[in-house]
Amino acid sequence: MALEITSAATDPAMFDLPWSIPLEDWPAEHLAALPRGISRHVVRFVRHGGTVIAVKEIKADLARREYAMLRALGRLDLPCVKPLGVVTGRETLDGMPLDACLVTTHLQFSLPYRALYSQVLRPDTDARLVDALAALLVKLHLAGFWWGDVSLSNTLFRRDAGAFAAYLVDAETGELHAELSDGQREHDLEIARVNIAGELMDLQAGGYLEEGTDPVGTSSQIVARYRSLWSELTGVERFETGDRWRIDERIRRLNALGFDVDELAMSTDVGGTTIQIQPKVVDAGHHSRRLLRLTGLDVEENQARRLLNDLDSYRAALDRLGDSEEIVAHDWLTRVYEPTVAAVPREFAGKLEAAEIFHEVLEHRWYMSERAGYDIPIEWAVADYVHWVLPNKPDERSILGVDTVAMPVLAWDDDEAEPRQTR
Amino acid sequence: MATVTFDKATRQYPGNPTPSVDKLDLDIADGEFLVLVGPSGCGKSTSLRMLAGLEEVNGGRILIGDRDVTNLSPKDRDVAMVFQNYALYPHMSVAENMGFALKIAGVDKTEIDRRVKDAAKVLDLTQYLERKPKALSGGQRQRVAMGRAIVRSPQVFLMDEPLSNLDAKLRVQTRTQIAALQRRLGVTTVYVTHDQTEAMTMGDRIAVLKDGLLQQVATPREMYDAPVNVFVAGFIGSPAMNLVTVPVTQDGIKFGTHALQIDRAQLSGLGSSAIVGVRPEDVELTTNPDGLALTVEAVEEMGADAYVYAVPQDKSITLDGSGEGALAKPFIARTDGRKPPMKGSTIYVYPKADHLHVFNPADGLRVN
Repeated sequence: MALEITSAATDPAMFDLPWSIPLEDWPAEHLAALPRGISRHVVRFVRHGGTVIAVKEIKADLARREYAMLRALGRLDLPCVKPLGVVTGRETLDGMPLDACLVTTHLQFSLPYRALYSQVLRPDTDARLVDALAALLVKLHLAGFWWGDVSLSNTLFRRDAGAFAAYLVDAETGELHAELSDGQREHDLEIARVNIAGELMDLQAGGYLEEGTDPVGTSSQIVARYRSLWSELTGVERFETGDRWRIDERIRRLNALGFDVDELAMSTDVGGTTIQIQPKVVDAGHHSRRLLRLTGLDVEENQARRLLNDLDSYRAALDRLGDSEEIVAHDWLTRVYEPTVAAVPREFAGKLEAAEIFHEVLEHRWYMSERAGYDIPIEWAVADYVHWVLPNKPDERSILGVDTVAMPVLAWDDDEAEPRQTR
Repeated sequence: MATVTFDKATRQYPGNPTPSVDKLDLDIADGEFLVLVGPSGCGKSTSLRMLAGLEEVNGGRILIGDRDVTNLSPKDRDVAMVFQNYALYPHMSVAENMGFALKIAGVDKTEIDRRVKDAAKVLDLTQYLERKPKALSGGQRQRVAMGRAIVRSPQVFLMDEPLSNLDAKLRVQTRTQIAALQRRLGVTTVYVTHDQTEAMTMGDRIAVLKDGLLQQVATPREMYDAPVNVFVAGFIGSPAMNLVTVPVTQDGIKFGTHALQIDRAQLSGLGSSAIVGVRPEDVELTTNPDGLALTVEAVEEMGADAYVYAVPQDKSITLDGSGEGALAKPFIARTDGRKPPMKGSTIYVYPKADHLHVFNPADGLRVN
């Protein structure tokens, strides 16, 4: 059978990878990290032309399905890993057929939750992870995606100005519908609640969780967080016709949560005394879109909010409120943001993303100013930060990890003929 | 444990002209293993998801026991979907892996222990309860994952094509194990598959669906021996039943030169033709000119048996009841493997009298 690569990006170098070898036996020279743990499928992180790709060995129809699903989610602008291609028609040199491979790009500066727990953590890390996952689930559900296997291990986290932004990694069980039923949403939530509790209990059993953390309590937070966000984004609101300011108020609240309102349904009752509003189409990325438009910087939502705040104070401090926003933004970019980021020595570039470093420098400046009792210029803050803080941070550009031990509930017999696909 | 009742349950998606599941009436007994089977798009998965609470029910009701669950959230229905992939946690023991969902549900420790031990016994895992998953074989790990569903002791297990991703050999092995385990546990189970062999080998009863409509519910034996219509006749059984459209005369049904004996009353309901169904193993095959004349196109020798693939010499005779695909679909007969007919030779076939299926071409329903 001929090797066939289906890929959105034309990348002939993909043919050079050792596809005729079962993935679990790939030589170490190709691997970006040593395999750890066991998972439902064999997954390897592979060096490929200066980047890292994740390769998952899986049945051809599943690989194609997941590839198409990730592409569809990408087109909907949902946060998920980028699919690179599907490799089918693999066989060993002596002609034995091998399963297909799904190839995705490794998400730079992303953190698997287990990697986070092996560091010293801020006390509310679990809550922030759960928040990020709840927000991701809401976004996916708004788009009609039923996940079916919501868990911390199927998610990657990126730092986002002190919070986290969550990305979907595994879409194997997912389904895309025109709209989800309440039952489908509830089912995903229940799966999330049980999986997260299980994952935290496992960390606890391994001694990675801080004393006093309550896995069950933390996991049920996802339900509460999800529900409050869902009702804010989709709930119906009624008020007297005289209170029309409440329309603006609702939109402002949604903006503050990071969403733009694309479509709002408004109606009055028969007598015309009350108005009813309900957001119909909301889009995540309110701040990141604005920042992208003004500066070309493509960053996470909270980072964007942080950068925009700094941009606003820059504008106010220089008394340029009359100037066009675009022109001020350009000046801020070249005079504040870029010099700050450029002050980070090249050898520390792998530690944090530029926008996250900028956020940390702003935090650092705030503490320095507080201590000093006067405003510290950002140049001083970045120098101090690069000298005292950054060197002690771990490199997070390429933290890899496959740690799930998951398997289908089938084929529980046979110890003799262990099937490759259920490993 | 409980019965399950679909009472005229209907699901119609917005924008679709016809319901995906149309007034489904189905009573599933306590402890029964019921298989929903049918081709893609028949409504089998939708029916299961209606029971699970994942699909809205637009009309009718669904009951578990005598509790109306039509509008309950999935987690309040006391059912377990066993088609998900379960994670196993490396730092937790086998017992903890099996019982942790109960801990989340607030079940007390003695009760968790009791349920985990019971499940371990059924799954032959008792001696491994204190081990970590890493120290288990692949097969044992699978059983631990299954244990997670069992300890919840749900009223109903729901399984949606759980074997579809396995290769053929493993599929056969695993379906036997699932069926055996279900019988040991005695938990009412609803199982969805598109594969009629899986349905026949696993179910206490099978419900065949097509285009959102229930065609027949019966035991595998009844379904095989007396399919209610042409669709079920063609769908259940492998190789499939031969379905031949033949003329009806005053003397009866003419299967080539062979007259088929059939009740007068049944005959009267038919027009000028009938669809005759005959399973490959119920074919009388002769070289005497008695029956439908066929030309042998291929012979598949299996040892004890041989399958003969042949086409009617009279080109006006259509197979499969539809009139289409008559050329593509040969007539299949099972015969003695020691003396099969030669390729290219002429044979005559007719159904054995006590294994005759006759359907009305007008509505596809069985007449005998």
